[in-house]
Amino acid sequence: MSARETILAALRANRPAGEHGLPDLPDFALDDGGDRIGLFSRMLERMGGRRHAGPADTALAALFPDARVIASTVPEVAGNRDVGAVAHPRDLADVDVAVVRAAFAVAETGSVLLVDDGLVTNAVAYLAQHLLVLVDPADVLLTMQAAYRRPEFAHHRYCAFHTGPSATADIQGVLIHGAQGVRSLTVIMAPRA
Amino acid sequence: MSEQRREADGAPGLINPELRAETDEGERGPDGARLTHAEASSRPLRPLPPEPQPRGARLRGNRPIDHDEAARRFIEAPEHATVHDERLWDLRQKRDGQMHAIPEWEELRELASRIKQHTLAHLADYLEQFEANAKANGVHVHWAEDAGAHNRIVHGILADHGVKRLIKSKSMLTEETGMREFLGHAGIEVVETDLGERIQQLDDEAPSHIVVPATHKLRSDVARVFADTLGTDPDNWDAHYLAEQQREKTRPLILDAGAGLTGANFAVAETGSFVVCTNEGNADLSANVPPLHIASIGIEKLIPRVADLGVFIRLLSRSALGSPITQYTSHFRGPRKGGEMHVVLVDNGRSARLGMAEFWTSLKCIRCGACMNTCPVYRRSGGLSYGATYSGPIGLILDPTFNRRRYSSLPFASTLNGSCSNVCPVKINIHEQIFGWRKALAETHDIGAGKRAMMKAAGQVLSRPALFRAAIATADSALRILPDFVVANPLNTWTKGRAMPDAPRETFHQWWARTGGKTEPGA
Repeated sequence: MSARETILAALRANRPAGEHGLPDLPDFALDDGGDRIGLFSRMLERMGGRRHAGPADTALAALFPDARVIASTVPEVAGNRDVGAVAHPRDLADVDVAVVRAAFAVAETGSVLLVDDGLVTNAVAYLAQHLLVLVDPADVLLTMQAAYRRPEFAHHRYCAFHTGPSATADIQGVLIHGAQGVRSLTVIMAPRA
Repeated sequence: MSEQRREADGAPGLINPELRAETDEGERGPDGARLTHAEASSRPLRPLPPEPQPRGARLRGNRPIDHDEAARRFIEAPEHATVHDERLWDLRQKRDGQMHAIPEWEELRELASRIKQHTLAHLADYLEQFEANAKANGVHVHWAEDAGAHNRIVHGILADHGVKRLIKSKSMLTEETGMREFLGHAGIEVVETDLGERIQQLDDEAPSHIVVPATHKLRSDVARVFADTLGTDPDNWDAHYLAEQQREKTRPLILDAGAGLTGANFAVAETGSFVVCTNEGNADLSANVPPLHIASIGIEKLIPRVADLGVFIRLLSRSALGSPITQYTSHFRGPRKGGEMHVVLVDNGRSARLGMAEFWTSLKCIRCGACMNTCPVYRRSGGLSYGATYSGPIGLILDPTFNRRRYSSLPFASTLNGSCSNVCPVKINIHEQIFGWRKALAETHDIGAGKRAMMKAAGQVLSRPALFRAAIATADSALRILPDFVVANPLNTWTKGRAMPDAPRETFHQWWARTGGKTEPGA
């Protein structure tokens, strides 16, 4: 027998007794106090992220005046590095700031969902030193539960929630941003063009 | 669940006030408030004078691990023991803070438990569904019966592609299979990309905790390891300096790696996709920079539906670190354009565990580490004292399934206070299974005479549920400071060592014959 057949046969032979039905998932309420964007922003900041009033060009100039390599996948920002034209993802290692649009955001945790189509080259969101994320205010969902009822997870090859920047406290609990990925994550509320 | 002690600012207080730092070097938010997301400590802890790091249990072939001996050496290193205790109890308190903010917390735990039990009871079907969907997405799916098969499959994939360097994110499964060592012998360089895991790799030491692998180390230990291996300044203990050095030294290795390997926190049958959670984004670098991505996945990681993630993702990081979510929660459904993706589904004893009536629900574990953070024995002895891949309460019930003799002493490294079961997000009855393993090991004579005497004592208390429940009820608040707890709790079979309580009125075997191990209603 192949390993596959052996494993499946053992699992069927050892099936635990009992019914073990699959439960339905209730919808749990979350009170955002009538201000969903406000809740999103508070949670984002608690997770180490930042908000900027925008627009994106103004934010870039204000937050990253010394940035030389800007990789943008959004029409709002021209940038000077074509994310889709690199031969290998490593060619994006010198990017100072990446500008992308989130598929949606989640107020409960302050998360933004970045998907492969929006990133063009997935690695740009991790190799860049800083990340600027545009979110349409109409795309802010209330709960993580609502997020997982969205179709993106069944359609994209890659979807990633980013909640603040890369972080570690592996050295005696000292929180450090920019462990391996981006050193900062800034969200701008901007309706889709 | 008891309320933890909080100070005027609302954050948890220190159990060792002398650790409080005058200055704070952690990150701050835009309003100037101290940030405590990810595994950050609630309060700044001052650097301590260097102290030789206590090492883990001494392996003696197949002879039982002497946890007591290793734990004693850990306790005798007071700087390490104190910081370790403080750090992990703080994670537990952060977890409680998150729990109290979610009214449906207990419902979520119940749902998570039921979803996992359902999946495990139909695991063969869900694995077939996962495989079919993953293949349709362009993923190569492999099956490994045991650790050796897993390592050979990974090596085969790497050899086919001429890969000389593999970058990887943290994966307890590959620790379980000894993959790094195996690939090293085969001439493939393996680079850990999680900071804590990299520290442990460079120190040639196993991870001591499944979520925070280097949490037993002081910053001076990290400075020593990096000075020896990365050439950094041995006298610079600044955490920012050390982390930045590691980032700069690892980045070139990531850029030129031939392949990346990740584990998976969840695998979704409905979509053939898998989910990886990290705080550093290192799994995303490992998966998205090299052209080849391999994911090693234990078969118990399956869940049926994407919507189920709405339960598990809400529980995982809150339980593990007291942070609402990990910084990165990444969903992989297929290879990126021009890339190649392989999934290795690994059994390695899991299908056999499914057939153990008393222990199969341990397969529900989502590897959050909450049981470790709350365990007074784990906090005071350090993860390496268990001498096994999995330490702490969950380790006590997993390890004997891998090697019944070598890990026969581990189920005794517990006070049976039940706190592990109380915090478990998937409601595994961990402390009952720990006791179940003591019984099972005693019956097959896998434990020594001293441990058998302990069994009788524990049996006496467990045979009187009112006393047992009273012990558990008081344990949670008493847990905060171990010495009080140790003195007060008659269930402690660990710290009292060989000093045995009075002879039981009823022997364990008599009790077992009478009750069959079931709780006696109304007793």
